[in-house]
Amino acid sequence: MARYLFTRLISLVISLIAASVVIFAVIEVIPGDTASYMLGLNATPEAVAALRDELGLNGSLPARYGHWVAGLLTGDFGQSYTYRVPVAELVAARVQVSLPLALIALALSTAIAFPVGIIAAARRGRPADYAIMGATQLGIAVPNFWFAMLLVLVFAVNLRWFSAGGFPGWDAGLLPGLKALTLPAIALALPQASILARVMRSSLIETLSQDYIRTARAKGLSRRQATRRHALRNAMIPVLTIIGLQFSFLLAGAIIIENVFFLPGLGRLIFQAITQRDLIVVESVVMLLVFAVIVVTFAVDLAYALVDPRLRRGRAR
Amino acid sequence: MRLSVRFPVQILIGGALTLLFIGAALVSFFWTPYPVETLTIADKLAPPGPQHWLGTDHFGRDTLSMLMVGARTSIAVAVVAVGIGILLGVPLGLTAAANRGGWLDEVIMRANDLIFAFPALVIAILITAVFGPSATNAILAIGIFNVPVFARVARGGALSLWTLDFIMAARVAGKGAARISAEHILPNIANLLIVQGTIQFSLGILAEAGLSYVGLGAQPPTPSWGRMLADAQTMIYTAPRLAILPGLSIVAMVLGLNLIGDGLRDLLDPRVRRARG
Repeated sequence: MARYLFTRLISLVISLIAASVVIFAVIEVIPGDTASYMLGLNATPEAVAALRDELGLNGSLPARYGHWVAGLLTGDFGQSYTYRVPVAELVAARVQVSLPLALIALALSTAIAFPVGIIAAARRGRPADYAIMGATQLGIAVPNFWFAMLLVLVFAVNLRWFSAGGFPGWDAGLLPGLKALTLPAIALALPQASILARVMRSSLIETLSQDYIRTARAKGLSRRQATRRHALRNAMIPVLTIIGLQFSFLLAGAIIIENVFFLPGLGRLIFQAITQRDLIVVESVVMLLVFAVIVVTFAVDLAYALVDPRLRRGRAR
Repeated sequence: MRLSVRFPVQILIGGALTLLFIGAALVSFFWTPYPVETLTIADKLAPPGPQHWLGTDHFGRDTLSMLMVGARTSIAVAVVAVGIGILLGVPLGLTAAANRGGWLDEVIMRANDLIFAFPALVIAILITAVFGPSATNAILAIGIFNVPVFARVARGGALSLWTLDFIMAARVAGKGAARISAEHILPNIANLLIVQGTIQFSLGILAEAGLSYVGLGAQPPTPSWGRMLADAQTMIYTAPRLAILPGLSIVAMVLGLNLIGDGLRDLLDPRVRRARG
């Protein structure tokens, strides 16, 4: 296990370095001088020079990259050009909305998909299975932001159970905050739950056809017992992969959904930063998102090892 | 025996839905009920009727015409993005498989993993931050996202083929790895690539809609389903119809493609056929 953990850790670090180089390089690709790009056409040379200085644009490329990464590691993301506050502060405030949203959606999606997928697998080929497969087929095709608009239409405009958007902040208390995130989380979760339920179903069906399940049945276990004791655990590997992948989709989805509900999350921050050419903010938030994806992938790899002892001993995939 | 009836039905329904939108997109090149560029404020927010079958938007533009041209935008973006994915990803995957276990394989696959860590939306954000928003950027972002997908599918399919006798025979006959990949491997993984292509096509439609909804894709006045939804959002109290129609179009198009993809996979993959039977 220690060796497995070590190789995964090495690959985690390499991925993070490579991703940071890519992001840094893309922002550097901007034709001409970054400072004059950020300030626009009407900027005075003094202002451009001052911003260049402020952004640390006067050093060599490797030096600037080093400075940026060193800053990231110590929590100093630089100063936002438009807001005139540290980027870390901005990001910290917005993560409080986006991360809970993605996590609630992930929990919701899993909580729906597991039982639904298991029922479909157990009732394979019967009406319940067909109904579930049909519903999930539809669920996959629905864009989450459109589903969000429909939820607003039904639950905010017509029924008035929820407000159509906005976020009171966690200072207003846990419940008002959660209530504001309920519709967005549902909108994010349902399409993902459709995918996950299908993966759960097919993985479980595949596992149930294995010889060791037949052996378990032959020993006298009921179908239900065999499923619970042997099949579910083994069916989890593809399901875990998808859950890991879904986290990155949920995080990206959260950024879009925030637009529908006017939530002050990372999405709003990054889209404003793009229009205001606040590149430091774009750079940092993108790095943060990619960091999250890579770390989650790493966590999923570790989870594999916990579920499947063969991976622990063997080579790292 | 039930199978031989069921699977074509899936493909038939999916095909009909897809053809409907492809047809509408093609027709929109020659004819739309109303021009989509002209704004007729006097006709704004007209309900569906004999004049405008699906009504008009806040600028008096005919919704049906907008949907037809929007289909064109969505399909064009998604198809080109799939093309980029195939053109770059498949050669990469084949190269990796031909050098399986070697350093080139390792480099290609790790590079793939790296791109995989960037969701299409994040790629689009980066590209837009640098070059400004446009439909081309949406194509690029979705296309780049597709590259590792096709590389993995191609490599996976090719790896199992490289162990087979007929490939060995081709090697003995003196064919090089590149030629074997092109002449023997590629035709045999075409099935896999077609199925994956259909899936990525449908994901591309969804991604394009999402990107243009947040303003990172097609820019006004180019009609696109995502932009139509973004516009409709401000009028959700007064004209919810405007928010419903483009969404239904996206759902129908994606559903159609997914049905085709599932149907083809079941049809082409003998393993699934047996498991289902």
